[in-house]
Amino acid sequence: MHLKYESQLREPLVYGNKTYAQVTEDIVRPIEAKPTRLWYVGFYIAVALLMFGVYSVYREVTYGIGEWNLNKTVGWGWDITNFVWWVGIGHAGTLISAILLLFRQGWRTGVNRAAEAMTIFAVMCAGQFPIFHMGRVWMAFFVMPYPNTRGPLWVNFNSPLLWDVFAISTYFTVSLLFWYSGLIPDFATVRDRAFTKLRKRLYGIASFGWTGSTKHWQRHESLSLVLAGLSTPLVLSVHTIVSFDFATSVIPGWHTTIFPPYFVAGAIFSGFAMVQTLMIIVRKVFQMEDYVTIGHIEAMNKVIVLTGSIVGIAYLTELFMGWYSQNKYEGYTFWYSRAYLFSPYGWSYWGMMACNVLSPQIFWFRKMRRNIFVTFFMSVIVNIGMWFERFVIIVTSLYRDYLPSSWSVYYSPTIWEIGFYAGTFGLFFTCFFLFAKYFPVIAIAEIKYVLKTTGEGYKDKMGAIEEQKLETFVHDHAHAH
Amino acid sequence: MAKKKFVVGCFNDEAVLFPAVKKVRTAGYKIHDVYTPFAVHGLDHAMGLRETSLHTAGFIYGITGTATAISSISWIFTKDWPLNIGGKPHFALPAWIPIMFELTVLFAAVGMVLTFCYLCQLAPFVKKHHFHARATDDLFVMVIECTDSTNVDDLRAFLSNNGAVETDFQVAEDGWWIGRYDKDEMPFESKQIVAA
Repeated sequence: MHLKYESQLREPLVYGNKTYAQVTEDIVRPIEAKPTRLWYVGFYIAVALLMFGVYSVYREVTYGIGEWNLNKTVGWGWDITNFVWWVGIGHAGTLISAILLLFRQGWRTGVNRAAEAMTIFAVMCAGQFPIFHMGRVWMAFFVMPYPNTRGPLWVNFNSPLLWDVFAISTYFTVSLLFWYSGLIPDFATVRDRAFTKLRKRLYGIASFGWTGSTKHWQRHESLSLVLAGLSTPLVLSVHTIVSFDFATSVIPGWHTTIFPPYFVAGAIFSGFAMVQTLMIIVRKVFQMEDYVTIGHIEAMNKVIVLTGSIVGIAYLTELFMGWYSQNKYEGYTFWYSRAYLFSPYGWSYWGMMACNVLSPQIFWFRKMRRNIFVTFFMSVIVNIGMWFERFVIIVTSLYRDYLPSSWSVYYSPTIWEIGFYAGTFGLFFTCFFLFAKYFPVIAIAEIKYVLKTTGEGYKDKMGAIEEQKLETFVHDHAHAH
Repeated sequence: MAKKKFVVGCFNDEAVLFPAVKKVRTAGYKIHDVYTPFAVHGLDHAMGLRETSLHTAGFIYGITGTATAISSISWIFTKDWPLNIGGKPHFALPAWIPIMFELTVLFAAVGMVLTFCYLCQLAPFVKKHHFHARATDDLFVMVIECTDSTNVDDLRAFLSNNGAVETDFQVAEDGWWIGRYDKDEMPFESKQIVAA
């Protein structure tokens, strides 16, 4: 049955000598228990932030885009920075669930559910920014191509901004389907052990009547594999297309061909950092250290140091090209507006460098990769750094354009711009708190599937098999099917 | 609704389940289904189920998406409203590739999930008979459909001899209906709430 070989040298993915029933118990218990006081505090803070965001957006919709400090040259400010930042964060979930599934990385099972949830919530937050940036948000549906009475006047299919509409909406839909199709069997698990009527009814609806039939599982496996295969190029395409929003323009600092891989690496970098932030809290609060192990955290830190270094190389390549091209506009943007510490926005560039390139190098040390506090601290630092990156790209390229007479005054956000950003944090954490309370935060069925190859209690038995002679092994297993 | 008779055998280890499936099939019984808490690889082959063609359906949905994108965009930009964008060609294929790709993925994913739900009869408010509440927890539940000649007691003994930890005889509706799960008897009702 479980003939998949796993080396003894690899750490177990599930600690403790767990049985299937115990896995169910450990993961479903927080759903069945009353929320803790800490959960309520966190949830209400998130809702309060969300309300502030709603009010900020209300101001923007009522009084217009003038509620923000965007000016003649800085037409994209905090809003698009936040959009790109949230979309980037939304990349880790699908990366973990899709690409790591195709690469057969067993450790994905511990974190994929929460990471996918995070993806969906992050994309929901991201979507708000371009929509409300439109100003007349009630006309947002104009971006959809449909036969209309205005000609029909169609959208511009050659524009990267429209590609983005398709990319983000497809990404959201596919991520949601992928996530929910994985949740159906786990909802059924919650339903079948529910001991209150309400829970039985609601999880009964959510589980779509799942029984666990072999034929259904076979189709489910096929579905997951194909969705993973589809999501893999999809996740790479989404941030590539976001980078096209910049790269296809003729603005110095944006007009670069390395943007797609550079943006994708940055997205994975920030996404993993956000997964770390959330998982470190979740594993502690729900006592799931056996499922989200130090090994998982270390694996994600390796991805962080890799992608952080790719991003670092991209920054250096840009600087080099700023000089090597001998284009004075490029040179001015990269060497004055960005790299010169005492230029108006020099601080943001060096903040970005410190957070994204220098500090993650600490993860070359195994001790640091396996240290929870360092990881948590670094995950926050990385996300601050990645926010700076998008701010640098957008604002330092825009604030001094080709015409010095239009050079803007110093751009800094209004309280309503900040409020909008804070509001998306509220939305994100409101959703995440609800998810953590009412959904199985770890994929139960998938953990059970890897339990006998990578569970601590089973790895010892594998050791005995490893000692066996080949003939004995073949004899023992040849008739198993 | 027509009800059928089933003999249910529960196993607590997939290593015991596999030989049992083989023996039950060799003995000539018809396995209605095996309900498992997770995807047990190879069980579909052991039960003699054919491969699913869901991925083929996915491919067809995908190319439908590609075709939808290329045909609509090219019709819109070359026939319906040829927009002059910087004097560039109306038929600008490279610029349409991102949207063609996205629609391919979107159609394939949405189509496959809907097909999956249709084939497995999964939908909100759908209710089915569950042979054992622990089939989604830690039991592998083999369900054998009884014919007129089936001796239920013999079959239950046969299952027990082959490692079933629990056997049962049930008369149940085979299929789905619209229903509520809280109308069931509550097997865990007596359970105490344990604070986390």
